[in-house]
Parts: sequence; structure tokens; C-alpha cells
Amino acid sequence: MSGLPHLLDLRSLSRDEVVKILDTAEAFFEVSRRPVRKVPTLRGKTIINLFYEASTRTRTSFEIAAKRLSADAVNMSVSTSSVSKGETLYDTCKTLEAMHPDVVVIRHSASGAPHYVASKLRCGVVNAGDGMHAHPTQALLDAFTIRRAKGTLEGLNVTIVGDVAHSRVARCNSVLLRSFGCRVRVVGPRTLVPPHFAEAFDVETFHELEPALEGADVVMCLRIQRERLQDALLPSLREYSRTFGVGQAQLALAKKDAIVMHPGPMNRGVEIAHDVADGPQSVVLDQVEAGVAVRMAVLYLLAGGEEGAREAAA
Amino acid sequence: MTEVLLDADAIGRAIRRMASEIVEASRGAGSLAIVGIRRGGVVLSERLAAAVAEQEGTKVPTGLVDIAFYRDDAATALPDPKIGPSHLPFDPTGMDVVLVDDVLQTGRTVRAAIDCLLDYGRPRRVWLAALLDRGGRELPIAADFLGRRIEVAPGAKVRVELGETDRAWLQPAPTEEAR
Repeated sequence: MSGLPHLLDLRSLSRDEVVKILDTAEAFFEVSRRPVRKVPTLRGKTIINLFYEASTRTRTSFEIAAKRLSADAVNMSVSTSSVSKGETLYDTCKTLEAMHPDVVVIRHSASGAPHYVASKLRCGVVNAGDGMHAHPTQALLDAFTIRRAKGTLEGLNVTIVGDVAHSRVARCNSVLLRSFGCRVRVVGPRTLVPPHFAEAFDVETFHELEPALEGADVVMCLRIQRERLQDALLPSLREYSRTFGVGQAQLALAKKDAIVMHPGPMNRGVEIAHDVADGPQSVVLDQVEAGVAVRMAVLYLLAGGEEGAREAAA
Repeated sequence: MTEVLLDADAIGRAIRRMASEIVEASRGAGSLAIVGIRRGGVVLSERLAAAVAEQEGTKVPTGLVDIAFYRDDAATALPDPKIGPSHLPFDPTGMDVVLVDDVLQTGRTVRAAIDCLLDYGRPRRVWLAALLDRGGRELPIAADFLGRRIEVAPGAKVRVELGETDRAWLQPAPTEEAR
């Protein structure tokens, strides 16, 4: 198995490739805990972080990952780039390509933008979140965190709570976890858990929290965004919190050793209670730590491949 | 068609001799640590550590380093699917660290292992122990403790197996007919 050409979504990744990324991430996980948190692996490689959507955490995580691999990381964010001057994505791609990057990490509000960029660029492209479509490194870091906590990914009971409709995290996690034979239950108000989701992602949908939590190994809370209130999809945050917020009482329905996850940033007291977020079952900060290791693995597998492997695999 | 280079007895004697040479060089085991280079050097490093413990009656710190991230061809070679974490559960600063590999050839692996080790601290000395030296060096690196030096044709493969039965053997390069 050679390096990866791109990382755009999880559907185009085989189970073996997922396992390979997670195994590689295990080795990089250790690097971040050393006195010298840097390895020379990608010396002389250039990685451009192209962020069309604000995201401090994901961008920082990718930047740290690149730097710990000794790659040169350059950040381009929308406010400072020529996009505000009307440049098309195509022209931005061509401009970037002329600078000979080895990997471009892109976040964009339009679903499919990373695929378009990958078709125009000769270097590796990593999707760091596109619209409501995909966020593969988030799903991979979640899988890494689950595997570390539970010892396996196979056949677990995973419950995803919240704004499933607008969540690329929910989509990517559903795809990945189903491929490992997990039972995936998604739960939220009818406005945020659409009926077609069950069939499209082969998961079970619920509109009441309690039955969805029973016997769960993993409880994944999603961020509720305030825009949903403006769109009239939610009456109030308080009501959401009362019906779908995960507190100790709700968590008690899951298995005793269940873990609680959140992709961040958290709305404490809305989708997750304070004492759950800070409680012994929370692995929220483990997710952040895993994020750097997983992104190091992805960048290594994309930029460390043999010349020509990309063309051969494409 | 294989040629046995070392049998179990010869390997056992080589390990005991190397262990006593290591202890002598370090003047005891007080500041000694033994670190295997993944993957070939790991079992040998455990054997050496056990032999040192037997001779000196004291355990020495052990660890292992994975050199994948330090390869000089990391950016061009295919990523190795068998990467594992390095594990150095002690601070090597001020210690005599013996890096251990089973077969020494180009020296590039050892160069990478030294770089990896130095990211964990500043050892007083770094030594190299190898079971077999097959020649073919591409870097100025030599073993301080060696089982045996052998002459091997460039295409041949030297195999070392340390497990239920210890043995080292030679797989000659495939001949024209065999291809």
C-alpha cells in the first residue's frame, strides 16, 4: 500500500487505509509527549493551510502537526487573502501551485470545494471541513480517541446527539463507525435530524434522548449553533438543553464506562452539562491531543509518498 | 539453499560476551542503558539487557527507538506501514546508551537512531552493538560491540531470528535461473 493521494472524504477511504492512518498516528502520538516534540520527517516540504472559514482549532492543530514534522507551514486565511478581492477558487489554486506546495489543507463553506481543488492541483489535498459534507480528520481523530479508550473500534454502540442535519462531523463519523460494524444512533429534534439520514448513512434515528442513550459505549455531543435559532429550527437554547442536553442523569443511561466526546468548541450548559464536560468520562481534551497525532499521520502519508504515487493512485 | 551463520549456541555465547564487554566499557551497569532499534534490534536488546542483569545483578533501563521519522529517505521512500512508537521510559542524559541492531550494513539506520535518541536527551556516550556486521557501509559508522563480522555478496539477505530457536542464516541472491 502506497501513500495516500488526497484525503477528501471517508467514503473514498478503505477500512485498511483507516487502520493504517490510525496505526501511523499511534507512532506520532508519542512524539508530542517527548522533550523535543519535533521529528525531521518532512524537512523541506511545504504545507499550505487555506482556510475560507474561520477555525482557530483545526487550523492550529494542522499547523502544529506540520511543524512537528519539520515541514514549513503557511497559513492563508480568507480575511487576508485575495478572495475578498474577487479571485476565483480556480485562480487561487493556480497561484498556490506556482509556489510548489506539497500539501494543501483546505477548509471551505461550500461542500465539494476540496474535491475541486484536488482536481486542479498536482499536490496532495486534505479536506479540513467542507460545508455540511465532510471533515475526515475529525472523524479519524474521534476514531483514534475511541480506539485508545475502548481498545477497539469494532461493534461499539455510539450515540450522536444534536444538530445532525448540519453536521459534517456526524456524517463522517457515521460512515467511519458503520464500516467498523458499530451501532450508530443519531438523536435530536426533528428539525435537526432529518428522516432521510437513517437510510443515507445506515444509522438509526431518534427524537428522544433517553432511548438513544441506553447501553451506549460512546456519547458524542455536537455543537448547537446560534444560527439554528435564527432559522427557526429551534425554539430556544434552554428548551434544547432540557430535552437534548447531556447531563449526569442522561449519561447514567449509557454504559458505566461510556466515554463522552465533543468536537469543540463546547456550549457548556446547552448540549453538554458542566459536570459532564469536566467529568471522568469526558475525553474532550484527549480528542484535541489525538487531533495533532492524526493530522501528523495524514500529512506524512500524503507528503511522504513516492513521487508519482499520486498519479498512479489517482 | 541457505547457509547457517550462527546457531543458537553461537548466538548465546556472542550475547554473553558482548554483555560483559559492555559492562566493562561502562565500568559497571550504574549508568548504562540499552536501547533496541525497531524492529530487528528489539529482541536482541532485551537479551543483552538480561545478560547484563545476570552478570551484574542489577537491571538496566531499556527502551526502543523507531527510526521511520528520521530516515534520510523519508520524503521519497514509500511510507512504511509498520511504524511503531518509540518508547524511552527514562531520561538518557548523562548515561552510556548502547544502541542495538541485529545486522549492521549501510549505517543509515544507526545514523537515524542516534538522531532519534538525541531528541530525548544528551547521553554521555552512545555505543553501537550488533550481532552481525555484513559490511557495505555508506556512512562512517562502526560497531563498538559485535557478534561476528561476515563477508556477504551484495544481493544476499542476512536473516536473524531470535525467538524459540535462535539462528542467523544467509539467503543467497537469487541466481539467473531461479528468476
